[in-house]
Amino acid sequence: MTSTATPDSEATVTTAPAAGAPTRRHDLLRLATAGSVDDGKSTLVGRLLYDTKSVLADQLDAVERVSKERGLDAADLALLTDGLRAEREQGITIDVAYRYFSTATRSYVLADTPGHVQYTRNMVTGASTAELALILIDARHGVVEQTRRHLAVTGLLGVRHVAVAVNKMDLVDWDQARYDEIVTEFTRHATRFGIEDVVAVPVSALFGDNIVARSDRATWYAGPTLLEHLESVPVGTDPSAQPLRVPVQYVIRPQKDGHRDYRGYAGRLSSGVVRPGDEVVVLPAGARTTVAGIDRARSDGTVEELAVAFAPQSVVLRLTDDIDISRGDLIAAADEPSLTTRSLAGTVAVVNERPVRQRDRVLLRVGTRTVRAIVEDVVDQLDIETMEQRTAPDGLALNAIGRVRIRLAEDVAIDDYRQLRRTGAFLLIDENDGSTLAAGMADAPDRSIGEGI
Amino acid sequence: MWAAHVTTTAARALPDEYTLDHLDHLESEAIHIFREVAGEFERPVILFSGGKDSVVMVHLALKAFAPAPLPFALLHVDTGHNFPEVLTYRDETVERLGVRLVVAHVQDYIDDGRLRERPDGTRNPLQTVPLLDGIEANKFDAVFGGGRRDEEKARAKERVFSLRDSFGAWDPRRQRPELWDLYNGKHAPGEHVRVFPLSNWTELDVWRYIEREGIELPDLYYAHEREVFARDGMWLSAGEWGGPKPTEEVQTRQVRYRTVGDMSCTGAVDSEATDVAGVILELAASRLTERGATRADDRMSGAAMEDRKKQGYF
Repeated sequence: MTSTATPDSEATVTTAPAAGAPTRRHDLLRLATAGSVDDGKSTLVGRLLYDTKSVLADQLDAVERVSKERGLDAADLALLTDGLRAEREQGITIDVAYRYFSTATRSYVLADTPGHVQYTRNMVTGASTAELALILIDARHGVVEQTRRHLAVTGLLGVRHVAVAVNKMDLVDWDQARYDEIVTEFTRHATRFGIEDVVAVPVSALFGDNIVARSDRATWYAGPTLLEHLESVPVGTDPSAQPLRVPVQYVIRPQKDGHRDYRGYAGRLSSGVVRPGDEVVVLPAGARTTVAGIDRARSDGTVEELAVAFAPQSVVLRLTDDIDISRGDLIAAADEPSLTTRSLAGTVAVVNERPVRQRDRVLLRVGTRTVRAIVEDVVDQLDIETMEQRTAPDGLALNAIGRVRIRLAEDVAIDDYRQLRRTGAFLLIDENDGSTLAAGMADAPDRSIGEGI
Repeated sequence: MWAAHVTTTAARALPDEYTLDHLDHLESEAIHIFREVAGEFERPVILFSGGKDSVVMVHLALKAFAPAPLPFALLHVDTGHNFPEVLTYRDETVERLGVRLVVAHVQDYIDDGRLRERPDGTRNPLQTVPLLDGIEANKFDAVFGGGRRDEEKARAKERVFSLRDSFGAWDPRRQRPELWDLYNGKHAPGEHVRVFPLSNWTELDVWRYIEREGIELPDLYYAHEREVFARDGMWLSAGEWGGPKPTEEVQTRQVRYRTVGDMSCTGAVDSEATDVAGVILELAASRLTERGATRADDRMSGAAMEDRKKQGYF
């Protein structure tokens, strides 16, 4: 009962570009900022945009005009990034904003997140897609409670790289001993949260020292400027080191001449590499099959067959067997599948005014699958002040982070978030109004409670 | 002794064969967004004006579903002051793709008194009502727009999936957090979601993609001779929409448009760029952002765009 679909007759097999190209490809780095209200984060981001020439004449004119109106003697670069009226009035940042800049070798998507306590939600949001967290510290205040919170969220969300900008060094006379003390303490905390890669840079965002241009005031500092570090940090995870995961988004059935029997499964590789001939398993049902072909559209709308695809490419997979597959299924490596389960444990960060409580009925979304679920138990809450676990008899309120156990109405395939971020992440959604309640990160699935394959 | 504080990471640079360039990355993300909407919504529609961002959107959507046809209709809010060459391009595109085009006409609303012409002749702000009516009449539940977060400060906070109530209103404080790539499109009947697949693209990214993919655009994006006059520091096109005033002198210049909106508020720039490569060169050297240089309607006030979005604009 094999019905291998055939792609366009004019399709040719193309391979990935040859390795060892002379120049590095212009790639993309996603980063998230975190800093307390007065650390000068808007100024630092403004400086990054300004010094990489990502700010253009008309924006700068507006900033200079407003700065003059406020009686400032220099352009306030923070004005470049303060977008909403409510914020301009209060001089704070109330929501995640996305900024764009680029250099000769890299494009950057920067999630600029507010640093106050009540906006943990936004920091979680920014960190969820980031590969690097840029944390600001005021050199006069050093590591404060907010810094520990930023580190906790960064570690929890699995952001691999941290760059710490020790700002306002001009206000401590570029004192090396002070800088060393801050970096030592920061690194000690980072290690506690499982963050291995920390790079520190002494900066003055206001004067532009060590952001893009090298400072001539920090004579004792021989490390990279902030931008040099952003330029050199390795991007992405090697897909060949992780098992294949493709959440099925949509079934493609053209039902037109030339494609009568075509049936392809559209999705983006969350992790891993796939080639025709690879053995895969379709979860949660567990049927095994083989990849017959990998299709991708060319710019003229015809389809080409690929010899290999890797995360995070969006492709269409054709399979050798005629299995019932639809949106919500997960195509995974047969030799290293996700666990299929009806109950899971994980950590959630509450992002909604509605608290998450024991026995709440919710929807759970993982990959492309949404199922009904019950919060079986709120195990504990992380006390962000002391970093200790405490009980949560009243559930988890907005901005709280805690551990939960969840029972599901149907099987889902899920991974350990610490191993595979994209297929270990989940959302809890309000059944009634559809709003997102919590961001979740699954623990290593407990095989004793799963309906194992 | 900075080295003492730096933990070098064990992370290796990616092998070259598994590195995506940033345009591939953005393309894959946009295709993922189109497919999410196709899987989650009943009646999605793409806002299509014939402008470059909407052209790129349609190109990406076609790629997302090949070899199957585009599963979405197109919707255009016609201000009645559109450049004729853009309307021609729009109709040719619709013909070529064999998709359904729904047009909402601002003129109809002015003719029957539901909307009133503004003293400045600008019709961009008048698009909101016909757009919302069009969405409601056709029961569209997801509306793709070409908005990019780099365009304007209020847009920097826009979500990829932006929830709108039945008045089309956008409340910056009530937008859902967007986590990982798990876009939550759940909504109540009567509400709809605006979806922005080009959220993370910059103007330069869009042009580089147009160049890479060989996408055809209306001719006004490239340098051409045109009768224009100066107003508010922009070159506006003389035309049936009501310009120029007797005091405004018309001259012929070689210009191109960076955006193509309502003729009354879309300005041209002096240009030598007769092809995509030329545009990219001019753009890379440019000292003006896309909207600030060429859109009068974004200059109304620092909070103009924010207010417009709250009323249900794009």
